[in-house]
Amino acid sequence: MKRYSAFAIAREALRHHSGWDRAWAAPAPKKRYDVIIVGAGGHGLATAYYLGKNHGITNVAVLEKGWLGGGNTGRNTTIIRSNYLQDSSSAIYEKARSLYETLSQDLNYNVMFSPRGVMMLAQTEHEKRGYLRTAHANALQGVETEFVGPDRVRQLCPIINIDGPRYPVLGALWQPRGGTARHDAVAWGYARACSAMGIDIIQQCEVTGVRSEGGKVTGVETSKGAIDCAKLGMVVAGHSGVLAEMAGFRLPIESVALQALVSEPIKPCMDVVVMANTVHGYMSQSDKGEMVIGGGADGYNNYTQRGSFHHIEETVRALVETFPMISRLKMLRQWGGIVDMTGDRSPILSRTPLDGCFINCGWGTGGFKAIPGSGWGFAELMATGASPLTAEFGLERFREGRFVDESVAAGVAH
Amino acid sequence: MLILTCPCCGVSAEETEFHCGGEAHLKRFGPDSSDSDFETYLFQRQNPRGVHFERWRHVNGCGKWFHAARCTQTLEIFGTYPAQTTEPPQALRDRIAEKRPGWTQESVS
Ligand SMILES: Cc1cc2nc3c(=O)[nH]c(=O)nc-3n(C[C@H](O)[C@H](O)[C@H](O)COP(=O)(O)OP(=O)(O)OC[C@H]3O[C@@H](n4cnc5c(N)ncnc54)[C@H](O)[C@@H]3O)c2cc1C
Ligand SMILES: [Zn+2]
Repeated sequence: MKRYSAFAIAREALRHHSGWDRAWAAPAPKKRYDVIIVGAGGHGLATAYYLGKNHGITNVAVLEKGWLGGGNTGRNTTIIRSNYLQDSSSAIYEKARSLYETLSQDLNYNVMFSPRGVMMLAQTEHEKRGYLRTAHANALQGVETEFVGPDRVRQLCPIINIDGPRYPVLGALWQPRGGTARHDAVAWGYARACSAMGIDIIQQCEVTGVRSEGGKVTGVETSKGAIDCAKLGMVVAGHSGVLAEMAGFRLPIESVALQALVSEPIKPCMDVVVMANTVHGYMSQSDKGEMVIGGGADGYNNYTQRGSFHHIEETVRALVETFPMISRLKMLRQWGGIVDMTGDRSPILSRTPLDGCFINCGWGTGGFKAIPGSGWGFAELMATGASPLTAEFGLERFREGRFVDESVAAGVAH
Repeated sequence: MLILTCPCCGVSAEETEFHCGGEAHLKRFGPDSSDSDFETYLFQRQNPRGVHFERWRHVNGCGKWFHAARCTQTLEIFGTYPAQTTEPPQALRDRIAEKRPGWTQESVS
């Protein structure tokens, strides 16, 4: 694989761009792999990448039923932050955030990481106290955050209505090193780097069954035939319950639709990410000028990748209240993704009741930010049997009552 | 947008008039049960891609709880039935089996 560089652009400009390689290969599946990863979203691809890079395991296939990055990885609003409350969460999210800082160099692929700062507004006294607590917890965890007052909020984002009639802004939890990245580029960058290491990414290959012998996984059935493996990693987000059923166990997970929408492009008007959890909406501006908007998830199990209209209405209402200037904006597109919600709103990175079969899921409404850290930890878990990053996120925590309770820290979807 | 019919008061309305209460017919476990029974009852869910039995409440109406059978893939509602039962009525199961050949309701206990 040829490296991308400024020199390569100049060279190709002189020869009508005829010399670019394919970004990744499209191989037919082999009979057997050391490791099969199901799901070529960000988490699956990052897992494969770190299996190769950190553990030297490259006889790996990533099987994807659609196209790579076509699940939630290509449908999210790309917020990256690590200001979580619990130590185990901030460890994995901060690992991810710090890997994002150098990911473009590491992958030789521009993922457009933009550490523009993430601001979570406090609009009730309770919220303010909650964020002060989070800021203190983050100080102890070594995650740089700060609780700022309304004046600083106004300075950072002048278009916010600070003295709104219902919910005046009392301050905000500010993480200057948070931000956004280009979601597709994260999937494509990992895919290209995996392919360069000899890892097979097989698209249009749906896993339809899990084979096992004596309680140990031996392979999978797919729409392209049976494939053997020594270890299996399920990384399929909203479809985790479907895969788990194939392997004969159940998960503490429910799948719901989460929506987002973007407006027509307008001139630059905000250069930070703002989340307003009390009124339930968040917004940032993309490099193209579109306002990227997200809100709440549907209230019932759902595999439709659509979502209910009244949620959009609620989200937009909340944001017009917070940012009155957007009231005349036209919305361009709306879409949904199937997110995998756990009871404690924390992910599952774990062994499973089936020997040799591992699962990485439960990232729910907020796993884009975690992709590099999750891949790093899950690869270590699959390769060596344990990882400090994933230790607290085992399936057994639901039986043992050791929840990683983040539902308070992250009141809104993102 | 779902349209549900409340079997308690007979009103058909949009989903904003109702609130979903999650998987129906869960087997409850009490104080002396084992950890894994509690885990199953409290957390583990069928979460099927297809036919799902669930609890709903007519929050902005008569206020009562009831049950619904719904497809999570197409959002088709097969029917609603009263809350005072531990399993879906046979007529409803027959209707679903007719619409979804091959469907079996293995795991409602
Ligand atoms: C609208 C929306 C907004 C969001 N906003 C944010 C945000 O701002 N910040 C943030 O951090 N997170 C956000 N998220 C959450 C984030 O998108 C997800 O947590 C994350 O992308 C999950 O990545 P994944 O790789 O686990 O899953 P996915 O990207 O969904 O990948 C799973 C893949 O598995 C494949 N698959 C499923 N079944 C099979 C099968 N049987 N065989 C083969 N392949 C299969 C699917 O086709 C899919 O490509 C948002 C999500 C949504 C929906
Ligand atoms: Zn009613």
